[in-house]
Amino acid sequence: MSRVRVLVGTHKGAFVLESDGKREKWEIGGPHFAGWEVYHMKGSPADPNRLYASQTSGWFGQLIQRSSDGGKTWEPVGNKFAYDGTPGTHKWYDGTPHPWEFKRVWHLEPSLADPDTVYAGVEDAALFRTTDGGQNWQELPGLRNHGSGSCWQPGAGGLGLHTILLDPTNPKRIYIAISAAGAFRTDDGGTSWKPINRGLYSQYIPDPDAEVGHCVHRIAMHRSRPNVLFMQKHWDVLRTDDSGDSWRNVSGNLPGEQVGYPQKDGTTKKFDLKAFGFVIDVHAHEPETIYVVPIKSDSQHFPPEGKLRVYRSRTGGNEWEPLAKGLPQSDCYVNVLRDAMAIDSLDKCGVYFGTTGGQVYASRDAGDSWAAIAQHLPAVLSVEVQTLS
Amino acid sequence: MIRVWLPAHLRTLARVASEVTVEVDGRATLRSVLDALEARYPVLRGTLRDHITLERRPYVRFFACEQDLSLDSPDTPLADAVANGAEPLLIIGAIAGG
Repeated sequence: MSRVRVLVGTHKGAFVLESDGKREKWEIGGPHFAGWEVYHMKGSPADPNRLYASQTSGWFGQLIQRSSDGGKTWEPVGNKFAYDGTPGTHKWYDGTPHPWEFKRVWHLEPSLADPDTVYAGVEDAALFRTTDGGQNWQELPGLRNHGSGSCWQPGAGGLGLHTILLDPTNPKRIYIAISAAGAFRTDDGGTSWKPINRGLYSQYIPDPDAEVGHCVHRIAMHRSRPNVLFMQKHWDVLRTDDSGDSWRNVSGNLPGEQVGYPQKDGTTKKFDLKAFGFVIDVHAHEPETIYVVPIKSDSQHFPPEGKLRVYRSRTGGNEWEPLAKGLPQSDCYVNVLRDAMAIDSLDKCGVYFGTTGGQVYASRDAGDSWAAIAQHLPAVLSVEVQTLS
Repeated sequence: MIRVWLPAHLRTLARVASEVTVEVDGRATLRSVLDALEARYPVLRGTLRDHITLERRPYVRFFACEQDLSLDSPDTPLADAVANGAEPLLIIGAIAGG
């Protein structure tokens, strides 16, 4: 029978949740790296027992941990992330130049084919790669140096490279996203990069149609259609059908609110904004079925009306239905962070997400109903799932 | 022999009990002790000092003989009591947060 392993990174350690394919009873392993922030954990598609974790601390910096037995034991590997050459500057919050400084690894994306090759998205934004199981990390400098890097400006959470999508049909193509620079694509294995933000519109930046500067929160892809991407941006959900060359808004009937933004002439213009949120993911077997968790606003960061609801679209966007069965529908004021949703590949597929309140919710029926599989963890930073045979 | 106290998280990381000892050649300084510590426990590299600049991480502090050495030059000789093992070098995670 299949098994499922859920990897949960939290503010105070890592947890490994395991169940058989029924997904009814869960064993919680951990905490691993107790007391440390674990921004992300992910398993190698080529060797599911090979896991990598980003362990970080404001006191003691960055560590990378590796497991070769599915998360039972771990060993620290290389933690030196040195920018290539002279790093230069990006923009600080006030627009002044600020030196590029490594702070932490936000996201680890193991290669689809080689358990020893992993990409790391870091703050301040850059992409690194190891080919020796994490012992040594080298920057792919073409991203940071492609031309707009000096204009990148951090989002409220920092200048983090948080999304890395590997095209399963083309090993030379990688998509990444940075808060708050936008989305980028390479078609030559990481040597050169181009911004892919056409169609994004951000009312809150000086040039709403700028090539870079958009606060992209998360991008998701279905492996059967790597040219189609879904994006949760600051205030919108978007999709592209041409590998990011153009995007269109598919927020549709998602909940939203009216927000005022100051204009150059000193007035305040109000916009009907929808669909603030962080996570987005795609159904395992239906490439047009996508999931988001709307959050009330960028200043409140909790679910609208205190009701935690996942929204599902079976039409690739625009038409959304709330999924609330089994989720708290009163007095719920948690957030769901950008790396905290994952989907298994069983049939029906399981959908998992974690909250800043320490709950991990799972649906065994593609979102129709939900149950908490962990309730009292530290604030959840990331959730990944492995479907094991 | 120089005695070094590590903060709890780093003892766990280095898989050591409370106190560790290192040997340094010549006059003991903060730099030579940290070099010896990292050579003996490579997993500590980057946790106390920046990998590249070797500057102290902001929330790591060094104390010995009831003195805060954190802002001293790393090449300042350590007190004789530390150099001869009578007193430990204390590495402390700054008390921060709530």
